[in-house]
Amino acid sequence: MKILVGVKRVVDYAVKVRVAQGTVELANVKQSMNPFCEIAVEEAVRLKESKIAKEVVALSIGPKQCTETLRTALAMGCDRGIHIQTDLRTDYMELQPLAIAKMFQQIIEQKENPDLILLGKQGIDSDCGQVGPMLAGLLQCPQVTFAAKVESHDSGFLVERETDAGTESIHIQTLPAVITCDLRLNEPRYATLPNIMKAKKKPVETILAETMGIDLTPRNQVLQVIEPPPRKDGIKVADVDALIEKLKNEAKVLA
Amino acid sequence: MMKRLLSIPQRRFFSSSFQHAPVTLFSEDETLTRESARLWATQELKPVVRAMDDAAQLLPSILSGLFQNGFMGMEIDPSHNGSGLSFTSACLVVEEIARIDPSVAILVDIQNTLTNNAVRFWGSPALQEKWLPRLATDTVSAFCLSEANSGSDAFAMQTTAQRNSDGSYVLNGTKMWISNAEHAGVFLVFANADPSKGYKGITAFVVDSQTEGITVGKPENKLGLRASSTCPLILDHVQVTANDVLGDVGMGYKYCINILNEGRIGIAAQQIGIAKGCFDITLPYLQERKQFGTPIFDFQAMQHQVAMAATEIYAAETMTYNACRLKEAGLPFVKEACMAKLYSSQVAEKTASKCIEWLGGIGFTKDLLVEN
Repeated sequence: MKILVGVKRVVDYAVKVRVAQGTVELANVKQSMNPFCEIAVEEAVRLKESKIAKEVVALSIGPKQCTETLRTALAMGCDRGIHIQTDLRTDYMELQPLAIAKMFQQIIEQKENPDLILLGKQGIDSDCGQVGPMLAGLLQCPQVTFAAKVESHDSGFLVERETDAGTESIHIQTLPAVITCDLRLNEPRYATLPNIMKAKKKPVETILAETMGIDLTPRNQVLQVIEPPPRKDGIKVADVDALIEKLKNEAKVLA
Repeated sequence: MMKRLLSIPQRRFFSSSFQHAPVTLFSEDETLTRESARLWATQELKPVVRAMDDAAQLLPSILSGLFQNGFMGMEIDPSHNGSGLSFTSACLVVEEIARIDPSVAILVDIQNTLTNNAVRFWGSPALQEKWLPRLATDTVSAFCLSEANSGSDAFAMQTTAQRNSDGSYVLNGTKMWISNAEHAGVFLVFANADPSKGYKGITAFVVDSQTEGITVGKPENKLGLRASSTCPLILDHVQVTANDVLGDVGMGYKYCINILNEGRIGIAAQQIGIAKGCFDITLPYLQERKQFGTPIFDFQAMQHQVAMAATEIYAAETMTYNACRLKEAGLPFVKEACMAKLYSSQVAEKTASKCIEWLGGIGFTKDLLVEN
C-alpha cells in the first residue's frame, strides 16, 4: 500500500502574528510544519511500521523553504518527498484550497496513485479545512474528516471521527480514500538528529507549480485582514448577583 | 599565544559562497538541528527543570531523551551511530538546551566537545570502534582532569599510571569536581605515566566505569548547575590495558590543551544560552508587570538596560560562532575561543544578575527559574 501525506509549511503555532499592509506579516517569522500535518505524517509512518503500508510519500506546496518541511517529514519516516514550488502565498491570500486540491489531484492521478491520502484536518494559518473534502470530491473517492483513530480493516480502514454528538465509526470499504487527521489521533514523534541527517539522502523531487497547467487563480477575494480587538481588562465583581447582572446587561450572554 | 595544533582531521570546508555569509547565518542542517533541540528542550525538558534542580537529580527520562534524539553523538560519524554534524551544530544544540537548563547542557557539552572529539581525533581505530557507538547511543562520559591540588595548574596532577611489564597500567589517585561522574559509563582519565618527565608523562586513558577500583564519591551540594552531578572520583589500583590508552603515551597534556580549546567554544555557547534563557523568562514579565499605571518595560530607563543586555548577548553570539567557523575552516582559533568564552561568561552572569534585578521581588524567589 502506498500513502501520500500532505505537509504544509505554516507560521509556527507559538508565534504571535502581526498584520502589516493588509496581510499577515511573514517576513522573518518562524515557520514550521503544520501541527495537523505532523499528526498525519506520524500516522502514515506508524502504518508503515506495522507493515500495512509499504511506501510513504510526502507532498508539500510552497516556497523553496518547503524543503525543510519535507526534510522533517522524511526524518520522521517518510520515504520520498515531492515539492511543488511556488512563491504564491499559501495562507489563503493567493493560493486557495481549490487550487491546492487540484495540484494534489494531478500528482495523485497522473503520478503516484496512492491507496491512501492522509492530510491534516486544516492549516493553522488559513483554518479552512477544505483541501481534504475538495480533494475527495475531485477524486470521487471516500473521505473521513477529523479522524481520531485509524485502523486497517478488511481491505480498507475503520476510522473513528469525533463529532459534537460523540464518536462516529466509519468503514472505508474502497480505496483510494482521503482521511484528514485531528488532534487526538496520535502524538507525533520527534525527528531525531541522526534521522534528520539521513533524510538528506532520501529523494525529493521538485516541480514548478506554473508547469502543471492548472488554473491557480483564487476564487475568493480577501477583503480585509485585521487583528482581533485587544483584550479588554477584566473586572472583579463583589458577589454572584453582581456577576449575573454583568453577564445579563453588559456581556449580554444571558437572557 | 597561539599553539600549533596537532594534526586534527580537517572538517568539511564550506563552499566559497558560504565563506562570505554572516557568522550568524546557519546552514539548513544547522537550522534543523537547532530547531530540533529547541523543540525537545521546550516540550520535554522545561516542565521538569524546577524539580530536577530542587532534587539535584537528573531524570532518567531526560537522559534517555538526549540519547534518543541524537544530542549525545552529534559529530560522531554515522558509521559509529552518530549524526555526522558540524561543530557549529553541536554548539547550537548546547545553546538551545542551556536556554532551558544549563545542567543538562553541560552534560551534552562535555560529551560532545570533550570526550567524543578526543576519541575521534586521537583514539585508535579499535578504541573508536569500542567507544564511539556507545557514546552516541547510551553511555555518558566524564572528563577527569582536575584534582584537589591541581585545578588551574592542571599539570601538577598526582594521579599516577604505573606501567606493568606486560604493557598494562595501574591507576591510582583522586580526581575532584568531575561533572557527570554519577551517570558516566566511561571516564577519560588523565594520569601521569612517568612523573620524572613532569607534564610530559601525562597520558590519557579511556576507562570503563565498571572497572574494579573506581569509586564515585558523593555529589557536591552546589549553588548552581545542581542537576548536573559533580563528584570526586577515587582510583584505587585500577587496572587498564595498553589498548585503553588514548593516542600516545605522554601526549596527554597536549591532547588536553587542544580539546579544551574547543570545549571552550562549547562553554561560550552554553553561556549565551543561559543569557538568552534569562531574557526569555524576564522580557514577557516586564511587558506584563505594571507599576505606576504602565508596564515597566515602557520606562525608558528599563529600555536602556534591556537594549544594552541584548547588545551584549549579540556580541557574545557573534564571537562564539565566529570561533566555531574559524575552527571548522582549520584556521587558528585559540585566542578567539578564549575571548568568546571570557566574554560570554561575563555576559551570562551580567544578564542573569540584571534579570533578577528587573524582576524585582519575584526575581529573588525560585519560582521564575532565573535564579537557576
